[in-house]
Amino acid sequence: MAVLRELLRDGKFTFAFTVMSILIILAILSFFSPYDMSIWNVVPRDMPPSAEYILGTNSKGQDVFWEMTVAIKNSLIMAVIAAFFSRLIAIAVGLLAGFKGGMTDRTLMSINDSFIVLPVLPILILLGAILKERLNMIVLGLILAIFGWAWDARLIRSQTLSLREREFTNTAMLSGQKVYELIFKEYLPFVIPIVSATAINNMFWAVGMEVTMAILGLSNLTIPTLGTMMHWAISYQAMLLGYWWWIATPVVVSVLLFVSLYLLSVSVSQYLDPRTRIQRIGTAKVVK
Amino acid sequence: MSFIKRYLLPRLLQYFLVIFVGITVVFIVPRLTPVDPVQEMINTITQRGAYMDPEAIEQLRQSMKEMYGLEGTVFSQYISLWRRLIIGDFGPSLSQFPTPVVKLIGISLPWTLGLMLVTTLLSWIIGNILGGIAGYFSSSRWSAAIERFMMVLRPIPYYIFALILLLVFGYVIPIFPIAGGTSIGLKIQFSWKVIADLLRHAILPALSMILLGMAGWFQTMRLVMSNIVREDYVMYARAGGLRDTKIAFNYVIKNAMLPQVTGLALSLGQIFGGAMVTEMVFSYPGIGGLLYTAINAGDYNLIMGITMFSILGIATGALLVDLLYPLFDPRIRYR
Repeated sequence: MAVLRELLRDGKFTFAFTVMSILIILAILSFFSPYDMSIWNVVPRDMPPSAEYILGTNSKGQDVFWEMTVAIKNSLIMAVIAAFFSRLIAIAVGLLAGFKGGMTDRTLMSINDSFIVLPVLPILILLGAILKERLNMIVLGLILAIFGWAWDARLIRSQTLSLREREFTNTAMLSGQKVYELIFKEYLPFVIPIVSATAINNMFWAVGMEVTMAILGLSNLTIPTLGTMMHWAISYQAMLLGYWWWIATPVVVSVLLFVSLYLLSVSVSQYLDPRTRIQRIGTAKVVK
Repeated sequence: MSFIKRYLLPRLLQYFLVIFVGITVVFIVPRLTPVDPVQEMINTITQRGAYMDPEAIEQLRQSMKEMYGLEGTVFSQYISLWRRLIIGDFGPSLSQFPTPVVKLIGISLPWTLGLMLVTTLLSWIIGNILGGIAGYFSSSRWSAAIERFMMVLRPIPYYIFALILLLVFGYVIPIFPIAGGTSIGLKIQFSWKVIADLLRHAILPALSMILLGMAGWFQTMRLVMSNIVREDYVMYARAGGLRDTKIAFNYVIKNAMLPQVTGLALSLGQIFGGAMVTEMVFSYPGIGGLLYTAINAGDYNLIMGITMFSILGIATGALLVDLLYPLFDPRIRYR
């Protein structure tokens, strides 16, 4: 709680936090949706926003507002899965490489660098073309996790390298603490801040990838996500026909999501960086 | 000798490892899911109702089985994938049967290379210089303004940014062409008219990439700068009475550039992905545009070929940047 209070002193964080909370509430609302999103033509088509249909309806005969809530839910779930599993890989590789050093370190880091350099988009397009209808949000999240861990494993490794040189490592080793205990009990708490900051970045990236793939028509188009909403609106020429509420909704929501994730990651990493933290607290005192 | 052993050899190893990891991932991941990709692809194509002659379907099944591998053991499939890669045979394109995939890639490659080289270099240089200046003179009002501008620019999803540019400058204020790499029917030859036409078509795609790419480089550069400015030698130079501009350009920015060169090598893959989206949005006739038509036509061979090819290309690009690195960093040169 103290951390949250400290963070909320940052205007950027407050804004991002508010937007994110609203998006999460919308995502939770999707469980109360009166319509089943897999069924078409349940409401009149192409209605502009009104009291009955808050954000209008689309050419598929679905209510845009409820479609949006489901889309937010699915996109967020996918992003969280991608972030969570890529964090697991990153922590494992980073800790192992940093702690073991030597040959293990070199091997792991070469593989790591290969993953950093790989052109992810063409590979994802190939996988999307093969899997397509089988691609649900969980599979997509897992696939993105395979490609999203490398940068962060590097950061965790360098953190571990410096931890290894600290006095407490020797104390723990000499007093007979087991290696895995040392890693999980002593090192992990130091690594968690990096993990949380990079997790936000990773979600940002995952949502962007999903949107790109869906617009190209390379994911399961029957599942509403921010990307597939845009895909349908674009393929039904919503822009030319003037159904602005249909295309604008996913665009605005995803811009909001991107901006809030971005600001969250900026303010969290600023908070974690002791130098800027001192600066900020310093200026805050002057203001008082 | 020690230079070759300590610098060149690890880089070359890394180069082959990138290719190895990329190809292996492409090989393994689809196998983890219970899908028969060959049947899946053939279904997709027949569902589209596009006419394909039986010979093409048979060829498709054959080359897909070979590349994808339902023939032989997993290991022999893997070997045959590598063999194809090494002799550069990705089979015929299915949508433009029987043109070989390699030939289609060859036609589009110059467009992508041209666009990517120019935009990557420009955004890298501009972003670094602006970031360097804003990082050094961080208290001035101008740098705060630039920083805010970049901060707004950075999180915009690439696709949406490109689309907005296209709408604004293609439809609302139609000063730039909305699609293509040249005017229709233009013969490529060396004359001012042709060059002007090429440039006019390249401006919007290039602009979208330069602006967004610049914002990224700006921010990392700004961060590196804020650390270097606090170094002792900067303070010493100031105390010695050197001019600010001289310190900034000769001592600080020069040093801050080094991690950025490494960053350039590492981020090539992402830049390439960006270039692909650009070409799709602006229907530019490069690899990305080709990939887009391949997706729409369900042309599996072409998609596979482009993916393999981009892994090779990006690995080579990263290797080149890495090999040029000693030119920038004397510490490595004299080791």
